[in-house]
Amino acid sequence: MTDDSAIRIALVVPDLLGTYGDRGNALVLAQRLRWRGHRAEIVTVLSSAETLPDSCDIYLLGGGEDVAQQAAVNFLARGDGLRRAVDAGAVVLGVCGGLQVLGTSFTTGDGVTHRGLGLIDISTEPGERRAIGELSTRSEEHELGLLTGFENHLGRSRVGPAARPLGRVLHGVGNGADATEGAVSGRIVCTYLHGPALARNPLLADTMLSWVVGEPLSELPPFPELTELRSERVKAAG
Amino acid sequence: MTNTTRRDELTRSGQESTSSPPVPGQRWRVVAARRTDTERLLSRLRTGVALTAGRLATTTSKRLRLGSGGIIGGRVAMALRPDLLDRLVADRRIVVVTGTNGKTTTTHMVAQALRAGGDSVSNATGANMLDGHVAALMSEPDAPYAALEVDELHLAQLTDRFQPSVILLLNLSRDQLDRVGEIRSVEASLRRALRQAPAAKVVANADDPNIVSAAIDHPHVTWVSGGCRWKHDALNCPRCGAFLGELEGDWECACGLRRPVADWTVDSNGLIAPDGGVERLSLPLPGQVNRVNATFALAASTELDLPRSESLERIQRLRDASGRYGHTTMAGREVRLLLAKNPASWLEMLDLVAENERPLIFVVNSRQADGHDVSWLWDIEFERLAGRTVLVTGERALDLAVRLRYAEVNCETASSVQQALHSAIIEHSAGPVEIIANYTAFRDLFAKRQQH
Repeated sequence: MTDDSAIRIALVVPDLLGTYGDRGNALVLAQRLRWRGHRAEIVTVLSSAETLPDSCDIYLLGGGEDVAQQAAVNFLARGDGLRRAVDAGAVVLGVCGGLQVLGTSFTTGDGVTHRGLGLIDISTEPGERRAIGELSTRSEEHELGLLTGFENHLGRSRVGPAARPLGRVLHGVGNGADATEGAVSGRIVCTYLHGPALARNPLLADTMLSWVVGEPLSELPPFPELTELRSERVKAAG
Repeated sequence: MTNTTRRDELTRSGQESTSSPPVPGQRWRVVAARRTDTERLLSRLRTGVALTAGRLATTTSKRLRLGSGGIIGGRVAMALRPDLLDRLVADRRIVVVTGTNGKTTTTHMVAQALRAGGDSVSNATGANMLDGHVAALMSEPDAPYAALEVDELHLAQLTDRFQPSVILLLNLSRDQLDRVGEIRSVEASLRRALRQAPAAKVVANADDPNIVSAAIDHPHVTWVSGGCRWKHDALNCPRCGAFLGELEGDWECACGLRRPVADWTVDSNGLIAPDGGVERLSLPLPGQVNRVNATFALAASTELDLPRSESLERIQRLRDASGRYGHTTMAGREVRLLLAKNPASWLEMLDLVAENERPLIFVVNSRQADGHDVSWLWDIEFERLAGRTVLVTGERALDLAVRLRYAEVNCETASSVQQALHSAIIEHSAGPVEIIANYTAFRDLFAKRQQH
């Protein structure tokens, strides 16, 4: 195997979008590939880079503060690498601020509306108060089923006709504009299950990986704490 | 009454003073309006009643084991006498300590150093908001010095009430984001706090861009440099958002914010004081993190013109700080208690335990004082422990276990620290056990240790 065969996971501007342990998603994806004998490489792209390379297989955008979020849009609009990668079939995960950045527009706490990257049909406005707490949802997408995580956001998001919600809220706030949570369009997945969302949702991680690998993935040996953690957290959500 | 008028009144002169002349270095004093003898007597009685009731509440809380009493006593006294704080801070030289990590340890060090000048009180129990400060100050109303730990979001509230003699700004990093909020808002709040205290002397961390941004506009800043171990919250300029780089040595942003020239520098060889004097540091507390804390404490006592060698000698006597770094015996086993509550402090504590092969127990809770969100576990590079075995416990043992599995660290969950200590892995290992616990988990362990 050569290095070219490694699956490249881009951690996109973690200096701007990476407040809530978002790096965890890259670690989870890379480790689940390695455990199955695939090669995986995490490519960290800081905002000091010229542009975002279009040659990665997976792009991860995490959460950040308002100012950082705008800076991230400015960086990502430069060079258009993310759009080229998406057109070529790359997988994208946008978490919290990442969801807002990937969408069509977002209004920050100061009332200013910013253009998003427009890669997925979702728009965001500030809510009255931050949604903070455990969040659990049920997803009909790709038989994902129960999703669990923590949310911490002011934004209220509306999924437009060109995208579908990722799930329906069981407990928590989610998108807030209605009872949906997140958004999916093609290979772009967005969610308010913040930070290391994939750590608690291995099926979502494996679904995204199977899109890259191009075939269903082999089963991993059981991981008892993970199953227990999921049920403990769903119970904690309400 | 607005805050400005209150401060104006504090500095207005020419009226009858209820207190003796201010001590050197103090730039303000409490001055009360002219009152009749009866009013004065009643006022004194009210203060006396407030202090007695507050102390009673503290003792009762301790006796009933409801807590350390550091908060309730202050709350009771303040309810009876709302201006009690103003009276308690009069004629005292007060050093306040804030920042994300190292507050409690540094406050202990400062309290030690200040004893080179006279009696000093401190809120060493970690009750670091206003009622805790009142409780600490009223425990010894006549001590001329005080070292107060202040929650980073409450410094502005404190400087709104009075100007301390010295303010120490240690560091700023992500911590309990669901409770405290994001760093930018904490930094803005610290900046506001310093604007309200132009007469204080500020001692601040030159290597932490968030702290530099908070402190640089203040008229009297002494800068301390001891390196910046956790860098992920300071990769971008806190003022303009531009990329700053890797922060090794000097840094400078296009917007003008730059690393100031350090007045105090500390590394593994020792420290260099502003006058060029070199001191060797020999601390019972481990790690560069405590060398930096000690330098801050020494800088504080120097700002108050206390003798450096005696202050340093006192700082070097500190063997543990409210249980942090303390060796003790639990379930018949020698353990060392380490507190880590956010990625930056875990990094420091992992530095300590990575140096040895001692058995490890990690405890993580997620109560209100810890923050309910434990996403930050993924910001910690547990990969450096790959191959070692860790016993995990606490309310969020499962989150921790999953994180460790992904880092290929062997782990086993236990229902409590006691049970972890009795596990086969720990019982078959040699040497003292290293226990790293986050805030409430650590507090509970420390309380248990004190009961023994």
